[in-house]
Formats: sequence, C-alpha cells, structure tokens
Amino acid sequence: MIQVSKLVYRYTPATAIAFPDFTVQKGEHFLLLGDSGSGKTTLLHLAGGLLRQYEGSVVVDGTELSTLSETALDHFRGKKIGFVFQRNHLISALSVEQNLMLSPYLAELPLDHAHITEVLDALGLENKRNSRVTTLSQGQAQRVAIARAVLNKPSIIFADEPTSALDDKNCDRVVSLLLDAARLHGSTLIVATHDQRLKSKLQHQIRLTAAHEPA
Amino acid sequence: MSLFTLVWSYLKARPLNTAINIVLLSLGIAVITILLLFNTQLEQKITDNARGIDLVVGAKGSPLQLILCNIFHVDFPTGNIKLKEADKIARNRLVKRAIPLALGDSYQSYRIVGTSREYADLYKAELARGAWWQLPLEVTLGANVQRLTQLKLGDTFASSHGLTETGSDHADHRYVVKGVLKPTNTVLDNVILTAVESVWEVHEHAEENEHTHQATTDSTVMHSRLVPSVAANDSLKEITSLLLTYRSPMGAIQLPRFVNAQSSLQAASPAFETARLFSILGVGADIIMAFAYVLIVISGLSIFIALYNSLKERRYDMAIMRSMGATRTKLLVSVLLEGGVLTLLGSLVGVLMGHGVLILLSRLVEETQKAGISGMIFYSQEWVILGGSLLLGLLCALIPAIQAYRTDISKVLASQ
Repeated sequence: MIQVSKLVYRYTPATAIAFPDFTVQKGEHFLLLGDSGSGKTTLLHLAGGLLRQYEGSVVVDGTELSTLSETALDHFRGKKIGFVFQRNHLISALSVEQNLMLSPYLAELPLDHAHITEVLDALGLENKRNSRVTTLSQGQAQRVAIARAVLNKPSIIFADEPTSALDDKNCDRVVSLLLDAARLHGSTLIVATHDQRLKSKLQHQIRLTAAHEPA
Repeated sequence: MSLFTLVWSYLKARPLNTAINIVLLSLGIAVITILLLFNTQLEQKITDNARGIDLVVGAKGSPLQLILCNIFHVDFPTGNIKLKEADKIARNRLVKRAIPLALGDSYQSYRIVGTSREYADLYKAELARGAWWQLPLEVTLGANVQRLTQLKLGDTFASSHGLTETGSDHADHRYVVKGVLKPTNTVLDNVILTAVESVWEVHEHAEENEHTHQATTDSTVMHSRLVPSVAANDSLKEITSLLLTYRSPMGAIQLPRFVNAQSSLQAASPAFETARLFSILGVGADIIMAFAYVLIVISGLSIFIALYNSLKERRYDMAIMRSMGATRTKLLVSVLLEGGVLTLLGSLVGVLMGHGVLILLSRLVEETQKAGISGMIFYSQEWVILGGSLLLGLLCALIPAIQAYRTDISKVLASQ
C-alpha cells in the first residue's frame, strides 16, 4: 500500500532529512514514532501527498506521488486518503452535517445523505446535525473530525498526533474509533505520534531518530 | 453542498462584517441609480415636452425663464406681448405653425393655459371624457390635474392669480370643466387648457368688453391668425408668448434674428436653453456622482480588507480543505465568488433602494408627480451597474484569492 525507499526531503537546499525505507501492506496499521523534530509530520505529509518535492520514491496504492500533477494529487488525496490532525480543525462557518458533506464534495464523490446520517448516528451526534461546530465539546469535535476523515472510505488514514492532547480515557476512545473505522473500510491506518500510550495499541512500528542527514 | 453554500456560510458566519460591506456599497449604488433614473427621465421629459417647438417668442427678459415658463410651466411669464406683433411673426413665411399662449392664472397651483387646439395636438392629446373647450371660460383638464383636484365634468371653479394655491382673485368669473384628457406623460397632464379669450375675459373686467365678442361678427375685418375671434390689427389684446415651428431649417437662421430685432420681443430656442440648463444642473449632479463613486471605492476597499483579514483566519480552513481534496483552483474560485456575491448583493440592494427612494418620492412629493418621474422604470444601464459591481467584487477578491491559491498546505498544517 505504501512503499518508501531512499526518501529525502529538503526543507532548504542546505537542510535535508532522510527517512528509513519501509513498506506497509494493505490493512496493516503502523505507528510512526519519534521525538518532536524527528520528521514524523514531514513523512506523513510526504506519504499523504501534501508535500510534492522529494528525492527518492514514495509509492502509494501503486502510484509514485511525484509523477502526479498538483491537481491530480488533490484528487488522489480526496479519494484515497483521510487525514486526522491533532487540532481536529473543523470549518467553523459550517454546521456539523455540512462539515461532513464537505468531504465527498471536495473529493468530487457523490453525496450519500443516508451514509452521513448513519455516521452521525454511530457517533451519537444525530441531534447535533444542524448545530454550529463551535457548540460541540472537544470530544464531540474530535469524533466529527474522525468521521470526516473516514467518510469517503479512504484506503489510508493518516493521523498526526491525534491523542497527544487527550487524557487516557479519551485517548483510548480515539484510538478505538480510528481502528474501528479502519477495520470497517479495510483501510490502512498510520498514526504519527510521540505518545507512548499508543505503543500497546498498534503492533507495527516505524521509529524515526532525530534528523537523519543524507550521505 | 456546493461552492455557493460554502461561500454563503462564510458570509453568514460574519454577519456584521457582511452587512456593513453590503450597506456601504448599496448606498453608493443607490445614489447612482437615483441619479440615473432622475436624469434620464428628466431629459426624456424635457425632450418630449419641447418636441415640435423650435422657438418660443415672448417679452424681453431671461431666455431661460421664457422656456421654463412657456414650455415646462414652472416659472413666471416674462411679461406680455401685443397680439398684433405676435400675429406678424405668425404670418412669416418661415413659420409652419404658431401657437399662442396666454398665461397668468392657476387653479390649486395648476396653470391655466389660454391657447388653441393646436397646443393639445402638439402633444397628441386625446380626450378621456367630455369635450374640448370651445366657448370662453370652458376648460379641458390635463390628466394629473383631474386626478389630483378631483374636479368633475360640469364643475365650476375660480382661478387665482399667479401660481399660488390660495386666494380666489377672480371669483366673479368661474371656469366650467368640459372635458378631461388622457395622460400624455407630458407637461400637458399638469395644465388646464382653455381658450385665449377666457384669460382675457377674466382679466379685462375693468376694461370695456366690446372688442371681445363683437369683432367676430364683422366680416370685413381681417381676422387674427392666432386668435381668429379678434381682428388682426387689434391693438389692445396681449398674449404671453408664441410657440413656433419652422417651415424649413432656414427658419432657425433667420427667425430668431428677425424676432430679436423688434424692441419688445425676444426669441429663445428650447434646445439651446435646456442644454444650458443641464450644463448648470450638471455640476451639482457631477458632485453627487463623485460622492457616490467615493462611497463605492471605500466599500471596495472595505470588502478587500474584510476578505484579506478573514483569509488570514481561514488559512487553516483552506489547508484542511486542500487535504480533503480541494484543488487550488477551487479555493481561488471560492474567494472570488465571495467577493462577487458581496458586491452583487450590495448593488442589487442599492438598485432596489434607488428605485424605492424614487417611488417613495413620487408618492410623497407632488412636484415629482407633476414632473412625471417614476421609480418603476428600469433602464438597461442598471445591468451595467450590476455588472460593474460584480467586476469590482472580483477585483477586490483577486489578491486574497491568489493568496488562497498559493497556500502552502503542509506548512500551515504543520504549524500547530
């Protein structure tokens, strides 16, 4: 599903970071571990197609990402990849339901109202359907953000520090939500984190050590 | 979900900001719309009212006053001229048509015009009901006059001197309503038509009356061309003015000079005088117009600043949407659309406001009604206003839109 080899990313012509080679099979879940500044987010952005300029090779779902144009990459992201960020940022101008509807709209997939209702029900947010997202509690907002990421049934779910700001109880809940969603759609889940609590939840791990300088 | 829903939600999320931008722009647009409607209609009215009248001949004085008084019936007469002299001009071979006007009195501020049937024909007037005036003191009312005074056929009224509403200075001579005209959308709607003789009769109570009625019976006397009931050489009768139509373009060259050469008369060209009037009024209109443009520029600036600022807040929104598959073009278009929707709304509100103000004005102010200015007329230039505002919106949104286009998603998302 993801194949990374000889990957190097240059922040500036002088500073670069090299990543270890790894391969993730379909349906496997990986933990991307490392301290702050070790390049977890950069690797996630590279594999998720948010960063285009790299050396080496990143093949996702059989496509070398650097061969895609900016627009093609946008479409690729929309259809194949779901992102969950630490800030679980929702669009505050929109209602809960509209935030979810944005997902298929931006990915140019058909809108399935029944599916959205189903997802809202599953998250216990059916009565918040038309509420502004600013009225949600943090836990509710996080659930909506996860629902938004998995709504298009992506092949890969990338989560960037989804739990670092949460207490143990909520941490467990988010991880099981992510794992359930991944299992339901047969998605691959990659979680970048320095949160030690997650080590026991996902067995595959990639460890990044600080700032690899390429040879 | 569509781009429009998204844009609309963003506008709704900042209601005050959106409202102030719409209000600012709409004020500027409303002023422009009012000026457009007012000016266009006024010019139209003036052209309509002056159509077929090449020259106005009256007593010496201000030529503009002569035009205002005798064509638009808004100013006071410059004085009287002798019928005998007017007749001489009417018989000139360069004159195709000469219409006498005898002014001076009014009823409830509606001017009573002593004239011939040709005056009504000039504006293609038709009777709505009743009959044309024939005998002295019979009148036919313009459509507005009837509507606003509620006079009925057979009613009688006394005129008052000048254009004031009060006072019946001529209570001993009562006019009788014989007919009402259909609306012509010209000045004719606002006047009361009667024979020249009526005006004389009302005013000559001090003088001996013998001339008026007896002259007609004498077949050997040459009749006046303007007022056939009196002799051509009558030296006492006076009228206010003469409306001339040339027989050929030669008239335009020779007649004004011929008239002005006579010590007691002056000639004024409606085309020239109205053009002069417009150039005087134009300065005021230009200042108001400039003010409107300043308002529009400020509102454009305000929209630009609002978009620019809100985009700074929305950088993360943009990045998230990109991560969800939105293309750069989509974000660019959404910001442009936001500017366009704002200005289009503002200009729509402005155009409606402009029409609303004129509708209100024509309901409340009698003068606008008399002038026949209506708020219900739409001009094609208003499309230009709408199109222009849309363009303004796109222009204001351009820089923020390019910023949205250039958003570095990875950098924004990583800057937690």
